[in-house]
Amino acid sequence: MKLSLLLTTALTLAGSLGAADWTQFRGPNGDGLSSDTGVPVRLDPSSITWSISLPGRGFSSPLILGDKVFVTAGSGARQDRLHVLCFRVTDGALLWERQFWATGRTMTHEKIGAATPTPASDGKAIYAIFSSNDCVAVDLEGRLLWFRGLGRDYPNASNSLGMSSSLVVVDGVVVAMVENDSESFTAGLDARTGVNRWKLDRPKKANWTSPVVFKSPGQPNRVLLQSSQGVTAVDPTTGKIAWDLSDGASTVPSLVVSQGKLVIPANGITVVEPTAGDAKPKSVWRSAQLRPGTASPVVVGGRLITLNDGGILTCADAQDGKRLWQLRLKGSFSATPVVAGGHLYCVSEDGRVQVVDPSKAEGVVVSELTLEQTVIGTPSIASNSLFVRSDSRLVRLGGAALR
Amino acid sequence: MARVHSVLAASVLLVATAIDSVAALPRKLASSVERLKAVGPEGQGNVVAQAAWNDVAKAKASQIPDLIVAMDGANDYALNWIRAAIEAAVQRETVAGSKLSVKSLETVLRDTRHHPRARRLAFELMQRVDASKAQAILPDFLQDPGSEMRREAVAQLMATAARQTNGTKATAVTTYRQALGFSREADQIEDIAKRLQDLGDKVDLAKTFGWVSKWQLIGPFDNTGEAGFAKVYPPEERLDLGAGLTGKSGPVKWFPYETRSEYGLVDFNQAISSLKGAVGYATAEFWSDSARTAQVRLGCKNGWKVWVNGALIFGRDEYHRSAEIDQYRMPVSLKAGKNILLVKCAQNEQTQDWAKEWEFQLRITDEQGTPIVSTR
Repeated sequence: MKLSLLLTTALTLAGSLGAADWTQFRGPNGDGLSSDTGVPVRLDPSSITWSISLPGRGFSSPLILGDKVFVTAGSGARQDRLHVLCFRVTDGALLWERQFWATGRTMTHEKIGAATPTPASDGKAIYAIFSSNDCVAVDLEGRLLWFRGLGRDYPNASNSLGMSSSLVVVDGVVVAMVENDSESFTAGLDARTGVNRWKLDRPKKANWTSPVVFKSPGQPNRVLLQSSQGVTAVDPTTGKIAWDLSDGASTVPSLVVSQGKLVIPANGITVVEPTAGDAKPKSVWRSAQLRPGTASPVVVGGRLITLNDGGILTCADAQDGKRLWQLRLKGSFSATPVVAGGHLYCVSEDGRVQVVDPSKAEGVVVSELTLEQTVIGTPSIASNSLFVRSDSRLVRLGGAALR
Repeated sequence: MARVHSVLAASVLLVATAIDSVAALPRKLASSVERLKAVGPEGQGNVVAQAAWNDVAKAKASQIPDLIVAMDGANDYALNWIRAAIEAAVQRETVAGSKLSVKSLETVLRDTRHHPRARRLAFELMQRVDASKAQAILPDFLQDPGSEMRREAVAQLMATAARQTNGTKATAVTTYRQALGFSREADQIEDIAKRLQDLGDKVDLAKTFGWVSKWQLIGPFDNTGEAGFAKVYPPEERLDLGAGLTGKSGPVKWFPYETRSEYGLVDFNQAISSLKGAVGYATAEFWSDSARTAQVRLGCKNGWKVWVNGALIFGRDEYHRSAEIDQYRMPVSLKAGKNILLVKCAQNEQTQDWAKEWEFQLRITDEQGTPIVSTR
């Protein structure tokens, strides 16, 4: 009896998410916040626990599940070799690697590449999509569960500048935004088999934003799709539209959900609050002064932070959008800031990690570490560490102690 | 567009070679491989393939070369399933201390009847087991039908030429010229041409790429609101080069145009006028000695459609994102004798500096990218 209970417990744990896992773009809740409190604040060269070379370029965030880090990469002259790699958290040792040949178009702007979208995980598998719209599912041991060539299945679904929308997985469905100027759609793929559960026609306009899961107690989950036309909430199990906001929105930075409100990069920043049922959300406030660049907004301690491409960090009161302070960081930015222990971790394109305390009357850079690598992708946080994926390496900062 | 899709899909389904690709495998393993090869578009066969994948991933090191051979005839989805299973098997066997047979891998690699990607995988496994051996045999693949092998062999030859620039320049030029002759990749060709130019040797890029350069053009027709992309104008219904037609702002007629661009650009801004919201057409005769398969390779950042002998082969309504040589590779069947190419090139109404181009470049090649030029 005891043995059976132990086995059941072990099996349950094997297929579940740990509290501190980083399972998608901007973390488990898609808001850039980590519950880890031991990430180093005072960074210096000794903060680098390990740094390993990767077999290809990449701009996606690492996923961290338990003692494993998962990374995607693209290699080859045409970025047509797609990699999913698994490393050990403690020492960066390679545990397994799977490679795939792209079946869709791989052309991108030179600043990005095939491995730009961030994978997602439900704790059972890693779901990875690439700019070619090839989508794969592998379990945590590297067993291939399914492969989809969405760019092959739908041959005009591509963007000659590259695709970057990350995946989310919710209610057994992997949501892939394949939104572009031509054959534009978002698909709900069955997480177990990869086949279409639904496929929704979307605005014919290039879109680099990522879907966001909206969870509300007692309400069915919704996936929020942001586009040039606005924000659309869909039922992840059916693809049925629940509500629509049609005031337009950015096609680069993605909205974030904070305290039940949607902080949308639209006409500056627009904040709305969904109401009970599927009624249209009500407007809360709007500010044209807050203008995120490529990086998505983040909310920490009641403060809304935006970062533009030139490194201007702007802090506003999340309640009303009133601007509190601005701080110029060093460098240009594409990566979204992530948060641990109340501190912002901002990584510039030239690999400068700047730790900012946003809680004071003015923003303060607490410490800075230069990795001297090109970083476009958003870092990840787990195991009391910051994981930075540069275009050639994976670096772990902090968290030297074993979990 | 359904027909276009099927043409594209057909292009990825390499016809099985004369070899029975799974014959050398034990029956159970062969059956599992066949189930992987049964996967298709939109996730068809994924459920069955999941279980089969686990069987194939249990293969022994000694079975890997035969598994690679079993990739013959697989479509692009299945190639990825099989590759991933082989990688898992190799990883497990390597940890267990089992060695792959370099000789067997080389045998697969050298047999050009096998799928180019299967042969490439054999080479990559060779690199893991015996990197120096793999490097040593690379020059044998300068004319390989597989683009990845050929590219790497050319890159090695380019590295040799680069070293030779420290000595006699003429030797380096000769080696770069050899590399240019073997290369089929646009970026590699441009790189070699630049290095040759640095050595005082000018490359005729237009000839090297083999652009279709002589066209007849007509336009502008209306593309206000990008509606002209879908609208069927008279050239799409009937090609009559003597006909006068009504264009966007008055009568239009066909006129000859020959591009002098080393990148084969057919520039409507230059040939017609710098316009917005306009459609232009270009047509050319392409003469082939024989009936054959080929590829139409197009670069274009405007909306476009291409017809060969009256049949639409593909079209795309993306504007001003980006363009590159061989951006779109479309399989076609050429007739012996005269073939008619028709290109529709649509400019939208964007006003940004980077949205000025209204042009395309087109060439006909074989599957490897070797230019095929019109015989007349």
